[in-house]
Amino acid sequence: MFRRGIRLGLPYGAVSGVLSLSFGVLAVQAGFTTLQAIVTSALVFGGSAQFAALTIVSAGGAIPAALTAATLMHSRFLAMGIAFAPSLPGGPLRRAVEGQAVVDASWALANKGDGTFDRMLLFGTTIPQYVAWLAGTIVGALAGDLLGDVERYGLDALFPTFFVGILLAELGRPRARVAAALGAVLALALVPFTAPGVPVLVAAAAALIGLGVAPDAPDAGAPEQEPA
Amino acid sequence: MRLSEGQVWVLIIALVTMATLMKAAGPAIVGGRELPRWATGVIAMMAPALLAALVATAVFSDEQRYTVGADTVGVAAGALLLVCRVPLVLSAAVAVGLTALLRAFF
Repeated sequence: MFRRGIRLGLPYGAVSGVLSLSFGVLAVQAGFTTLQAIVTSALVFGGSAQFAALTIVSAGGAIPAALTAATLMHSRFLAMGIAFAPSLPGGPLRRAVEGQAVVDASWALANKGDGTFDRMLLFGTTIPQYVAWLAGTIVGALAGDLLGDVERYGLDALFPTFFVGILLAELGRPRARVAAALGAVLALALVPFTAPGVPVLVAAAAALIGLGVAPDAPDAGAPEQEPA
Repeated sequence: MRLSEGQVWVLIIALVTMATLMKAAGPAIVGGRELPRWATGVIAMMAPALLAALVATAVFSDEQRYTVGADTVGVAAGALLLVCRVPLVLSAAVAVGLTALLRAFF
């Protein structure tokens, strides 16, 4: 199962590699040192959270705004971890350590559909994604120093496009479409009036339309395409 | 405003702590119990709301101004391809390539 997981994870690894390459380049452009960009990917290992923080910092936002946006983006792992928990053996500490392996694609692929997860498959699927995520960041962070102005290469168009990809996978449910539209409108409306980063945070309030509504399936909304 | 190297380390430490706790919490503490319904509903809507806000601000604004640039066109093309079920990697390649091309000529 572990090997099957590694095989299943390979295409997601390829996507992770490209995405993290752009993270490495953009992080260095935003003022991270090469080492800082690499450490971030090695230890945070969460594409949407890393890009959320980076977007806000690049736009001139402050640390609390960047951290809050990243936390909100990462909050889905709380729900995914809770769903995964019964499939993990051992004590709390071991379960907490094994829980670190959860990323979107692995979680979705390891979900057996009956409320349980194949944990070895999940670990296997995560490995190529982690390796590619780290390798891509290293290449990007090193190249970012050499490339100069990355905007010339259009790399700033990469992660919004990936986000659109994940977003489209979410929009199957009508309520998610309302949340997305509301989030985008709220954020854009606030741009001229607030510090950078604040619009995205306030847009999270759009998620309140999910109040009192159970997801269709255990976390049916978990994005399946996010590479890291 | 650009963060200093020290400030970036502060941000990284905070991000790592947050990310680790977020993934550890469910498995370690909550075990097999379920979240209250209101919480799962809100968490499920968090991703679409935030993703849309991030895309919109990344593509249509720069600091406190509204902007439309080559990346706006590139991402729009990529999004259109995605809607037409073109694979993610190809759509993203088109978005990046088109953005670079527009910048090279205008």
